[in-house]
Amino acid sequence: MTEKGIGAAVLRREDRRFVTGKGQYVDDLNRAGQAHACFVRSAQAHAEIRKVDVSRAKSAPGVITVLTGEDVAADKLGSLPCGWGITNKDGTAMAEPGWPVLAQGRVRYVGEAIAMVIATTRQGARDAAELVEVDTSPLPVVVQATDAGKKGAPQLHEAAANNQCFDWEIGDRAATDAAIKASAKVVSLDIVNQRLVPNAMEPRAALAEFDTNSGLLTLHCACQAPHAMRLLLGAFVLNQAEHKFRVVAPDVGGGFGSKIPPYAEYAALCWAARRLGQPVKWTSSRSEAFLTDAHGRDHVTRAELGLDKDGRFTALRVSTVANLGAYLSAFGPLIPTYLYATLFAGQYTTPAIHAEVRAMFTNTTPVDAYRGAGRPEATYMLERLVETAARELGMDPAELRRRNFVAADAFPYQTPVALLYDSGDYAGALDKALELADVKGFAKRRAEAAKRGMARGIGYSTPIEATGAAPSAIAGQLGARAGLYESAEVRFNPTGSVTVFSGSHSHGQGHATTFAQIVASTLGVPYENVEVVEGDTARTQFGMGTYGSRSTSVGGSAIVKACDKIIAKGKKIAAHLLEASEGDIEFENGNFTVSGTDRTKNIAEIAFAAYVPHNYPLETLEPGLNEQAFFDPANFNFPYGAYICEVEVDPETGFTRIERFTAIDDVGNVINPLIVHGQVQGGVAQGIGQAMFEQGVYDESGQLLTGSLMDYCLPRADDVPSIDSGLTVTPCPFNPLGVKGCGEMGTIGSTPAVINAILDALKDYGVSDIQMPATPLRVWQAIRNGSAPQAAE
Amino acid sequence: MSATVEINFTLNGRKRQLTIDAGLSALNLLRDKLDMTGTKYACGEGECGACTILVDGLSVNSCLMYAADFDGRDIVTIEGLRSDKGFDPMQDAFVEHGAIQCGFCMPGMIMQARHLADTNKDLTYDGLKRGLEGNVCRCTGYKKVFDAVADVIGIAK
Repeated sequence: MTEKGIGAAVLRREDRRFVTGKGQYVDDLNRAGQAHACFVRSAQAHAEIRKVDVSRAKSAPGVITVLTGEDVAADKLGSLPCGWGITNKDGTAMAEPGWPVLAQGRVRYVGEAIAMVIATTRQGARDAAELVEVDTSPLPVVVQATDAGKKGAPQLHEAAANNQCFDWEIGDRAATDAAIKASAKVVSLDIVNQRLVPNAMEPRAALAEFDTNSGLLTLHCACQAPHAMRLLLGAFVLNQAEHKFRVVAPDVGGGFGSKIPPYAEYAALCWAARRLGQPVKWTSSRSEAFLTDAHGRDHVTRAELGLDKDGRFTALRVSTVANLGAYLSAFGPLIPTYLYATLFAGQYTTPAIHAEVRAMFTNTTPVDAYRGAGRPEATYMLERLVETAARELGMDPAELRRRNFVAADAFPYQTPVALLYDSGDYAGALDKALELADVKGFAKRRAEAAKRGMARGIGYSTPIEATGAAPSAIAGQLGARAGLYESAEVRFNPTGSVTVFSGSHSHGQGHATTFAQIVASTLGVPYENVEVVEGDTARTQFGMGTYGSRSTSVGGSAIVKACDKIIAKGKKIAAHLLEASEGDIEFENGNFTVSGTDRTKNIAEIAFAAYVPHNYPLETLEPGLNEQAFFDPANFNFPYGAYICEVEVDPETGFTRIERFTAIDDVGNVINPLIVHGQVQGGVAQGIGQAMFEQGVYDESGQLLTGSLMDYCLPRADDVPSIDSGLTVTPCPFNPLGVKGCGEMGTIGSTPAVINAILDALKDYGVSDIQMPATPLRVWQAIRNGSAPQAAE
Repeated sequence: MSATVEINFTLNGRKRQLTIDAGLSALNLLRDKLDMTGTKYACGEGECGACTILVDGLSVNSCLMYAADFDGRDIVTIEGLRSDKGFDPMQDAFVEHGAIQCGFCMPGMIMQARHLADTNKDLTYDGLKRGLEGNVCRCTGYKKVFDAVADVIGIAK
């Protein structure tokens, strides 16, 4: 009955509609009489708006209305909200300038929306948008976070002196300074974790409708957390009460964090639909996606690792300047703080850690979560430092790591930076990776490559990640402005099938399959009899959505909790039907049995009895078999892994090819290995993208030079190696499924492994550092600039 | 007002006669005029392959093609991909290898894979990777995609 339950490589049930073109993404939806929106966007990175003249646009064919910042102010729309507040070192709150739906008097980045044209056709709206005349006077521009705090730098916001959002720290500064001073060896690195543009393949899109009779506003939008979207837009921006506001996230074509924030366009569409009483649709062009989807990363970091004479880490001291872009995106402040510096212990027992982070406003696209969100930046910094230390000490990088790992018997392990690690066997994962990657054979492969004139290198990374956000009380203490539980409803239908409603949202993760597997195993019902519903605030109860690899550990656990309530009620019903006492009823594989007898009732019979209660304990028990649960985890969970990358560099051209890539991950118990491996492989490809291909580049005037897929290099089929992925399993003790997040590990772990491998390949050329992305040009230049004599050749 | 043209073509096995704006793209004809939304817009400049269709058996980025050029041609979109037994083997293989995540790029990816299978008798695994280079997938890391296509074509890694 449960061969398609937990642990089985069940084929995804959602895939038939995707391979036949029947997926329903937002741009695939249309409504009779819908109008189309087009946004007039700033072509300047920083300017005062003197006048927005919409008269010509308004009289263009098919134009219904043109709305500007003045209309936003007149209708009293709220500012786009920030979901996380950070406290400065001195105890004051972070600077929190507002972010208007349409620009108010000033624009602060290229792409900021100034006006919205609504017309009967998409082309008509686009044509009319070109007739909106925006009279501006340009202001000086600052693009780099490290320039934003300098004296005389252009100032973006009155509410943020010196462009600073916050100046934050974590850890024990005095102990760390002392330990660094006392260290036998200190390794330091200057690291740029470059800006990335997420580029989910589905551009953001929205379709807003307003029912003038009922007052119900409905927004279909490409988002990862429809209830959070409704809460944030309704309460903070639109003044639209939740019972009159429905948000639907249907099929969503990738998110990677970029579809979490309550974007200006979504608010604007709702507002326009409400004003007009007419459906309004908008789909982002790829150019708009580059300019307006929240970007990721963009840190500049100085990091120092202290070691004693035996190679044991004594202290880690890190100073980072983070670029938040022009405005505070919904979780912008969270990324370079609690999702970043709390991971600085890595898999190691470093006793003293201190980090300080200054977050700055610049004339660039706002920065928010992008796959990994803070944790890739932390892991890249740490794993580069560790490998650099190994190289400088002449130690095997695997041995140096092993010497510093948290031991398998030391869990739960309290780090010096707030987190309590749940479980793990870090050396076990590394051993498995060393074997799968055939590290023993590397010297031979390197020698063979050298004969061909190629420089072969090997690089390691042993990443850890905090997923499953979050214990709400802790998150609240740290600045979260919402809870972070997840909800579920498990509803038996009268004839025994089950409908599951989850607050999570799948945009590639396969919840329709994995959540059904969880229910099939827990309730002992056939997998085929379970349907999963997500993504519609009118159908599911309030929940927090999908990001940070939380769906299975938090959302899945909520489902288990609801199933447990079903079983508890089922026992009462079974006791009545079987004329036994409740305490004697056992539940296994879908059957309620009187202990020690063969008297049994299947759960489908129990469900029928609950909905047709002719023989039922009505005096003590309500009819029906339908339970809800909220799961608020007691701790994060901590997936970890061991990654080994082997590259070959052509020293003549700098062209680098990944020859082998091994990823061992421990994500706790596995619900569906097919899906877990897919998540890892896709994550690794994105991490390789950061290491070798991707960079969002602004020029000094704030123009995004990498504003299309012709300029911004995404990993393509021929760029990604065949990834050998494997798993070890140490269950998480903090959730009933024993699972840890698997969605981001690949991205977090792969980037440093690739760069470490490239630097290993280049060590004979006197190259000890390289900035990402390590393009052929950069690798070639590094070889040319290296200290080795042959590099000059 | 832009000029209109009359076009006659075959779409997924069915003869069509339409009068369209001369400037309409093939992608917009399919999505906006014919409600065939399986073919996706993702970049609009021929860089990502999400809008791939087959024109007289060859793969084409429909975002870069004028709908007027459909005239006299045989067009197959993801909605028309079928075999005598039902689903095209490529569609089955993508499901069976777990090659899909968000699904958005997959109609284009499958059309390109079908084109590769139909037009390259001696395709190698490396050739297959190069042949899929024009189709960007942000979710999967491609490995299971390669496995699915290699399985259909019958080539070893």
